[in-house]
Amino acid sequence: MTQLVLVGTSHHHAPVELRERVAFDRDQAHALAERLGRAVCLSTCNRTELYLETEDADAAERAAVEALSELEPALYRLRDHAAALHLFRVAAGLDSLVPGEGEILGQVRTAHDAGTPGPLLDRVFRHALHAGRKVRAQTAIGESPASVSSAAAALAEQVFGRLDGCDVLLIGAGTVSEQAARNLRTRGARIAFVANSRTERAELEEELARADVVVSSTSAPGYVLEAETVDRVRRGRQLLLIDLAVPRDLDPAIHDLDDCYLYDIDDLQAIVAETLAGRRSEAERAESIVAAEAEKFHEWQASLEIVPAIASLRARAEEIREQELAKAEGMLGRLDESQRRAVESVTAQIVNKLLHLPTVRLKQAAAAADGVIYADAVRHLFGLGEDER
Amino acid sequence: MAELLFWPALLLYGEAAVGYLGDARRPGVAGRAATWGVRLGWLVQTALLGVQASRDDGFPWGTWAASLNLFVWFVVGAYLIWGCRRPYRLLGLVVMPLAAALLVVARAGGGTGVGSRSHYSNLFLVVHVGLVLAAFAGFTLAAALSGLYLWQERRLKRRETTILRRPAPSLAVLDRLAVRTVAVSVPALTLGIGVGIGRLVSRGDRVDAHVVATLVTWVVWAAYLGVRAAGWSGRRAAYLALAGFALVIVVRLALPATHFG
Repeated sequence: MTQLVLVGTSHHHAPVELRERVAFDRDQAHALAERLGRAVCLSTCNRTELYLETEDADAAERAAVEALSELEPALYRLRDHAAALHLFRVAAGLDSLVPGEGEILGQVRTAHDAGTPGPLLDRVFRHALHAGRKVRAQTAIGESPASVSSAAAALAEQVFGRLDGCDVLLIGAGTVSEQAARNLRTRGARIAFVANSRTERAELEEELARADVVVSSTSAPGYVLEAETVDRVRRGRQLLLIDLAVPRDLDPAIHDLDDCYLYDIDDLQAIVAETLAGRRSEAERAESIVAAEAEKFHEWQASLEIVPAIASLRARAEEIREQELAKAEGMLGRLDESQRRAVESVTAQIVNKLLHLPTVRLKQAAAAADGVIYADAVRHLFGLGEDER
Repeated sequence: MAELLFWPALLLYGEAAVGYLGDARRPGVAGRAATWGVRLGWLVQTALLGVQASRDDGFPWGTWAASLNLFVWFVVGAYLIWGCRRPYRLLGLVVMPLAAALLVVARAGGGTGVGSRSHYSNLFLVVHVGLVLAAFAGFTLAAALSGLYLWQERRLKRRETTILRRPAPSLAVLDRLAVRTVAVSVPALTLGIGVGIGRLVSRGDRVDAHVVATLVTWVVWAAYLGVRAAGWSGRRAAYLALAGFALVIVVRLALPATHFG
């Protein structure tokens, strides 16, 4: 019987210094999957997991553990339904550091593309991607930003709508302000000017007059922009100011000016904390969607065990029907074409009706844990496959 | 038949109002149900108006209550143009309870039935009442957009932590939509008033309080467009729109007896 095996580790079980030892890029993931047979390697900054499709689960698990031997104490091992459920949760972003983060869905897709899956693995990955998309469509888990930099960009959208054509003035350049600038740019804004300590005051004010968004992150001891300057320069235009510096770069009184909105690092962190709390509450709804999808997959997988038995049973019945018709050929030969067709039809209907209920019951049994027992019983009772032995 | 259509329309508008309330608390299914409530309710009300038009002898919305019925239809129809999009569901929280309440008032005044008569010509009523009501519906929506603008602006000023968890349309979009709505509505009101005054003069009727209030309303909304062209935007423009809407309420609800025969 084909089984699903998962061996891996994630940010829950291993610190980054351990995870980075087995981080694979796309080509390495493909090579590893190829080496392991029917496999998919999902490697992100938060996890490295090997999914295998196999007839010998123990051997496959040993091979996967060997491939990730550097993480041995931190490895988890899951099989079949548990492995599928885990992948579904991963694709939905429920196992991520930030619940509902959007990148993981693309990473699961890339891993699937780079892997060497058999039919079972292919199906479980496709179903996991479907579950991930469904969670994002039916819950708000991934809608609100989860970092200070993305919160800054989302705030700009709350003021200006689409950011196409919005000019951004960067004052100073720290890691977070660069990330904020990147976020703004990906949403259509234009980084119009980057000011530093050598920028002339007049030039800074000139750029401020044109800017829609100001992101400031310098190590200056005092305010880089005072309220009077902003009021004088901006001439009634709406302005969003993001102050990421500590001590602050922008005079808090700017926020009191009409159509000026100033957010400092504490404001942004409070917003992010709130959105993360929202994501966690949405995660409960997402978990139930994922559980339902995993159950559907389980039913499909279980039906795989019973389908060959059903097919054999039907083939056997059809064979018997044809044999009996052949035996009666002497009598049937006297019938005209329409009468022969009627006999064919009646006998086929008898077989179908006789097998309908057992087929339905077998499929129902497949969804339960004892599907294999039923399949074996059918094979035994009807002598299916005995001729082949 | 009109009676049979009134209740489903009211029920669907009511469902939409409750749905939008639920969506504000927990976005999702309630919002989608509310959107369908608006769509289906508007279709049913359209059928109701159709029945009124086919059964009545002449223009069926010449009375105050009947014109309120038509006004609700205009408001919901205008909201439907973009109101079903997710960020604008908050607007439905204002528009749909108002629509449901006004529909009840219209029924109480006998404006949802059939069999009314009017001594005005159909053409005059269609142009005058139709244009004025369409303009007022536009002003109502512009006011709702302006109210939403002020609410969103207040959230930004208060640095509310839920601002991204429950996002609303951006300030720029709300501002732009409000001015566009007014830009369409003012010419409609101008034409509607022009036709009314033309008839007033030709018949030698006196100017009543309703006509004066309507003219003041026109002045305020025309001034709104004027100051917008002069560079006003944002909060000040939103307050002016709300002032204009206050006049719309006076004209629609407080002074009907002076104008409708």
